[in-house]
Amino acid sequence: MRASVTTTAVAVATALALLLTGCSGTGDGGDGNGRTGLSFLSLAWQKESVDANKQLVKEWNETHPDIHVNYVQGSWDTVHDQLLTSFEGDEAPDVIHDASDDLADFAYGGYLADLRTLLPDRLTSDIPQQSWRTTTFGDGVYGVPFLQEPRVLIANTKILKESGVRIPTPGNPWSWAEFRQITKELTGKGRYGVAWPLKEPVSVTLNLGLSAGGRLFHPGADGKVTIRAGEGDQAVPGAIHDQVNIDHSAARTALGMGGSDTLPGFFGGKYAMVPLGFSYRQQVVEQAPEGFEWTVLPAPAGSGGLAQGVSPQTLSVAETSPHKKEAAQFIDFLLRPQNMVRLAKGDWMLPTGTAALADPALHTDKDGWSTGVAVAKALRPAPAQSVRGYPEWKDKVATPALQEYYSGAIGAEELRKRLIDDGNRVLARYQR
Amino acid sequence: MSLRTSRSARAGQYVALLGYLVFLAFPFLWLISTAFKPARELGSLHPTWIPEHPTLDNFRKAFDEQPLLQAAANSLIAALCAAVVAVLIATPMAYVLARHRSRLSTVTTGWVVVSQAFPFVLLIIPLFLVLKNLHLINTLWGLIMVYVVWALPFALWMLVGYVRAVPAELEEAASVDGAGRLRTLVSVTAPLLAPGIVATALFAFITAWNEFFFALVLLKTPEKQTLPVVLTHFIGAEGAADLGPLAAAAFLATLPSLVVFAVIQRRITGSLLAGAVKS
Repeated sequence: MRASVTTTAVAVATALALLLTGCSGTGDGGDGNGRTGLSFLSLAWQKESVDANKQLVKEWNETHPDIHVNYVQGSWDTVHDQLLTSFEGDEAPDVIHDASDDLADFAYGGYLADLRTLLPDRLTSDIPQQSWRTTTFGDGVYGVPFLQEPRVLIANTKILKESGVRIPTPGNPWSWAEFRQITKELTGKGRYGVAWPLKEPVSVTLNLGLSAGGRLFHPGADGKVTIRAGEGDQAVPGAIHDQVNIDHSAARTALGMGGSDTLPGFFGGKYAMVPLGFSYRQQVVEQAPEGFEWTVLPAPAGSGGLAQGVSPQTLSVAETSPHKKEAAQFIDFLLRPQNMVRLAKGDWMLPTGTAALADPALHTDKDGWSTGVAVAKALRPAPAQSVRGYPEWKDKVATPALQEYYSGAIGAEELRKRLIDDGNRVLARYQR
Repeated sequence: MSLRTSRSARAGQYVALLGYLVFLAFPFLWLISTAFKPARELGSLHPTWIPEHPTLDNFRKAFDEQPLLQAAANSLIAALCAAVVAVLIATPMAYVLARHRSRLSTVTTGWVVVSQAFPFVLLIIPLFLVLKNLHLINTLWGLIMVYVVWALPFALWMLVGYVRAVPAELEEAASVDGAGRLRTLVSVTAPLLAPGIVATALFAFITAWNEFFFALVLLKTPEKQTLPVVLTHFIGAEGAADLGPLAAAAFLATLPSLVVFAVIQRRITGSLLAGAVKS
């Protein structure tokens, strides 16, 4: 009993000591030296990317003694919830790293600053108009799009060479019909021509759908958006469906996978190709077995050429920030061409800036960089990312409908009915 | 016949127990295996339980890339303080609720139950605003307050049960023997309640140690963040993850809970059995 009392007393004393030593101070990062303090929420997560971001912050702080930037680490997984509470509580970071498809609610909600008058001409003119469209909501621009990634085909070089199929290039890509035929040829002996990781099928379907002229979301003259399906909208989902259910050239088991999950099968020769985001090359380089040869091919093209939708990573400024001008200066510094290249290489993505895209460091065949750069011109804003009601349509209507369609549980007519009829009912609630 | 049935039933029970243990242990064993695998083995089509080329690189990378020690210290402070404070508040409350039954205690108990019905997503924004007004955002003080409040209803609920399990006759006997109220509480009730208090503290500690969402929302600067929040920094967009370092860090993050539980569990069992058999 005495030992028990002593142990408890020690535990309480330790806890109180920790309480007193560890909980004091507000730690808001203010230096109290009269300098302007900016907080920069970064979502960089890969080591090279974190290093690049921290190094750039360090360089800024060294060269701008009057404006001190504090690097705050965030996470892609939780950024929306974190920002929402920060905005509501008036505690938002000054500079916010996010993606364009996450900005609509914050932009329309008045939480983000309109950057049109804050950004220098150099930056505004360096980034192409189609990229600016991803962060334009209503009349304002609420983020600077700076990194983007197209979906590419990562292919097993040995299997392609042995099969003798034509190797596509950005100048002469496969058509969707040719792609379907080639995956059939690559299938056999326990191997599939392709594995579509479609755990989240909506963005893949819509983004690649642009290559076949798909649109699905049609804004009207009154500003209201309706969902309609044309011939182009059926091409990409139809091709994937037929690869899985008719040709059996696409692995059915991969349909529920995320991108990383397909890599062991790809390295093991079970899949000849995997359509993945451009940044997955980093994982391929890190995890591929010794001697494994792989290459990066452009995604198939249709009537829309190599067009596909992207939701670039963005940098925004909080509307409540008392230092909007300084925040915009910091963004301008981060996105100078040579810095944008460093960020792009750190994240294995493509810069949006034309000067950065022209940097020789990205024009190399090593790890498929040049293929990505070549398709960059064809990248467009992801369809519907700014449509109000899109998140609900995506989660409640499109995701289950596409999953059932790709697995063969429902046909094209049922898919069309759900995406359009059910979808328009959802959108109507948001557009009254 | 009966013996055979009993043996086969016992064998079946052990098989079921083994199956349950495997089911429970599988994710943790896989986590350990992943933590020691080099990147190339993580991408293998035929993964093995035992890493072919075990490495500590994932641990090195995890510590290089994220402030794990700082985060662990923050988690420890938050969890320890929350557990101690929750128990200090809940124990006398539980005693009163268990021993002095009245309309008020019934209402209080009911309110405690009802308070658990609110999902935390409903509370987070008001809570954030309250803490902001108190200048407790981005402080461990604020987080500890939330953890105490969060753990308190269940801790109280647990302790009320433990207090009721202590026969009131023992206290009456102590009183008859001349012990005052305080003496009775300290010398008779408290020792018998020790297992319950320890179990409750353990519950509060593990709840706070593992908690993620409040810490994510309330703590802003990296030097204040707790382990569960820092672990998410190994996860990228679209679910891509730096799997090796994530597994290594997650493995280390689970160790304190396991150690605390292993140590305290023996004490709980020991205390419960103490005096059960008279020698």
